[in-house]
Amino acid sequence: MRYSETGFNLEIDLTRGNIERVETDPKLTELHLGGLGTNSKILWDAVSPDTDPFAPEVPLIFSTGLLCGTPAPGANRTIITAYSPQTLLMGYSMMGGFFAPELKYAGYDKVILRGKSPNLVYIWIHNDKVEIRDASHLSGKGAVETQELIKKELNEPNAHVAAIGLAGENRVGMASIEQGRSSASRLGLGAVMGDKKVKAIAVRGTKDINLARPAEFVELCNEVLEYIKYRNANPVPNVMTILQGLGSPQEMLHVDEKWHTENFVWGNARVRRKDFWNKEIEERWKNVQLNVRKRLISCYNCPMKCGAIITVPGLSTYMMKCFSKLTYSMAAFVDDLDFGFRIAQLATEYGVDGFSTPQTMAFAVELREAGILTDADFEGCPSDNQGMFYWLLDRIVRREGIGDILADGTYWAAKRIGKGAEQFAHNNIKKHEQLPLKLGMLNPVYFLMYATGEKINITQIEGQFPQSPFMTMEEREEFVRDWIQVPDEKFKQYLMDWEIRGERSNPYYPTVDMSVDIVDWQEMIHYFDDALGICAGLSSFPLKPPYHIHNYPKIISAATGIDIDEEGLKKVYRRNRNLLRAVNVRRGLRRADEVPPEDHWKKRFPELEKQLLDAYYKFKGWNMDGIPTKETLQELDLGYVAEDLEQRGILKDE
Amino acid sequence: MSKIKKKIKTIKVDLDKCNGCRACEVICSAYHANPKYSSNNPARSRIRMIRDPMRDVYVPVYAGEYTAAECMGRDKYIIDGKEYDECGFCRAACPSRDAFKEPDSGLPLKCDMCEDEETPLCVKWCLNEALIYEEREEEVDEEVKHEDVEIGLKAMVNKYGLQNVIDTVTRMSQKS
Repeated sequence: MRYSETGFNLEIDLTRGNIERVETDPKLTELHLGGLGTNSKILWDAVSPDTDPFAPEVPLIFSTGLLCGTPAPGANRTIITAYSPQTLLMGYSMMGGFFAPELKYAGYDKVILRGKSPNLVYIWIHNDKVEIRDASHLSGKGAVETQELIKKELNEPNAHVAAIGLAGENRVGMASIEQGRSSASRLGLGAVMGDKKVKAIAVRGTKDINLARPAEFVELCNEVLEYIKYRNANPVPNVMTILQGLGSPQEMLHVDEKWHTENFVWGNARVRRKDFWNKEIEERWKNVQLNVRKRLISCYNCPMKCGAIITVPGLSTYMMKCFSKLTYSMAAFVDDLDFGFRIAQLATEYGVDGFSTPQTMAFAVELREAGILTDADFEGCPSDNQGMFYWLLDRIVRREGIGDILADGTYWAAKRIGKGAEQFAHNNIKKHEQLPLKLGMLNPVYFLMYATGEKINITQIEGQFPQSPFMTMEEREEFVRDWIQVPDEKFKQYLMDWEIRGERSNPYYPTVDMSVDIVDWQEMIHYFDDALGICAGLSSFPLKPPYHIHNYPKIISAATGIDIDEEGLKKVYRRNRNLLRAVNVRRGLRRADEVPPEDHWKKRFPELEKQLLDAYYKFKGWNMDGIPTKETLQELDLGYVAEDLEQRGILKDE
Repeated sequence: MSKIKKKIKTIKVDLDKCNGCRACEVICSAYHANPKYSSNNPARSRIRMIRDPMRDVYVPVYAGEYTAAECMGRDKYIIDGKEYDECGFCRAACPSRDAFKEPDSGLPLKCDMCEDEETPLCVKWCLNEALIYEEREEEVDEEVKHEDVEIGLKAMVNKYGLQNVIDTVTRMSQKS
């Protein structure tokens, strides 16, 4: 019997309409766990490296994590993988919600879509019964609306549906995949789904997921819940509010947005408004949020309430989480939260990413002000900021006029527009738009995460270690006292010695080697989560989370029966990290691409940055171009990867 | 008149606090697996979320009695302007819906308040306190209230006639 997983993938060839239930190799679970790990393996094996992201043979994988469907709190993430039409590298985007556990209960660990359907379809998975159904009547429908329509026509209120909106259908580079309160929105995977002409996947499952050592496993889950209760009652002191608790930033709960509005930058990631927040705005914004927010809600089997049901008068209901309430208002310079909730409703129905989309629209506005785009490009566009943003959003998702160029994101749009437009696509890493954040002094840990993160999104790389030093020794002592999550005691010392100013402060402290250690820890926990399907909000993202390197091996062993300890688990992390890197290296990723936006920090230190990258590569067992060496790959049972890289001349005998 | 003590178990459901996470379903189905916790499947749970986020409907319902036939009509409640339909508050395992039936056999399920545990596990796993367990003792009269029996019998007599009722009671007493 297979434990914690079903042992079957659903493989669907959309071109031929063929559906197969394929048994998976249990050895792969031992090597990669599941989720992102096994997705990387499938992508490595599936296609030749120079394939276009829209080529029919590229698989679009909807994967559960290894622990999804078990009682492990927060094990609900779906890991979606293909090649990103934006970055051209492996794109993985994740969503919480209810889809992954439901898929497990239907009897599958992954749905792998290949080929292209001749007509718009949706896929209906009900335990052993799987159908490809006509979706022509859903063409152009909103991503939220589509989920409701499908549940209704199937008469299955308990089904969970992942759907794209108009943006995905039109292959917009920032198109998302929406599901209930969650969305897989980064890196344009909605466009890949639309290109395959799949409007939605609906799933309902009523089968069992088995556990290897049930009593032990549930006891470990009880400990996790107890710790969540403890952390909810004991917020981390001396850090800012949104970093005190668990979960993703509690943006639906909190109404005080002084920090975001004054520290994040407005417009096309340009202007910091240090005196923005005042009593009047606070009162107004609070009223707006409390009026539209109907309920704080959770993903499957998680007590944290990171999302909310939002009903704006006159608009259909949708769900929201995290920071997207602010991204449109801030990009558009609209000092009104009501606008944020209104346009986000439309953007969610269209199915677009809440970071890249407003940034791309603000980029267009700047290009017009600079005379690079002309009034002719904006013919029919209203002159007020709100109207302009609605107009641009419509053009982008419909790929009409200037929208057709903007739809590929700022990097590709700038290339096509020319005339110096590249200077305005200034907030990208690896061709992908980043958080609108511009800071003063280089932080060495963040430099490394921005530069080398394969997710290309800082919130999916950071976590665990405080973002800045504590003021006093007392505060530091208090923090490290019950810091049980550290993989090694040395991290406590790093924090104790970290000062605001002087020799032991940014950018030279944490030192190069310490920075590499810290980044490795942060990455490691994210790689576990993304393989297991555990939400980062209970594990890799917040300070002092309930899941960590010391309880994960026990939890995995009890769930799966696989005998694994901390060292073994760390090796799985390194294997998955290197395999993912190899997929991208084969697609051309090199050191020259590992560059944070030039203006991310005002004070830069080229020599130090070089040392940091050198040390990081060395620590990882990579060469100085960021490519895993033969020895590293062989040690991680990835000899076949080394061979392939050698044959292609990417790895040379040194 | 003698009194007896009766233990009253209640799970108080606060709909306003429910975050819709279905942890109650998770732990219920795991606890009732055989062997205990060996598998997980919310479709086997004895508590179910009636859940419709777009209408802000979140109702955890406990499995009650099995009923062979469905009601002639469906419940529809409107509370504070919000509509709860499709028997949103009904606890019966009945033919009109798939809740509270074993997915394999179709046999009905019923909440047993996790009799071996201190508190029902759905309550323990509901960190948002939408489910609160309460236990109290009540003293109740042991005696049968003859007036109540008489009211019931009068209704039967009106419907079937006195002789039919006498015959039936006689037959029942002979059987027992």
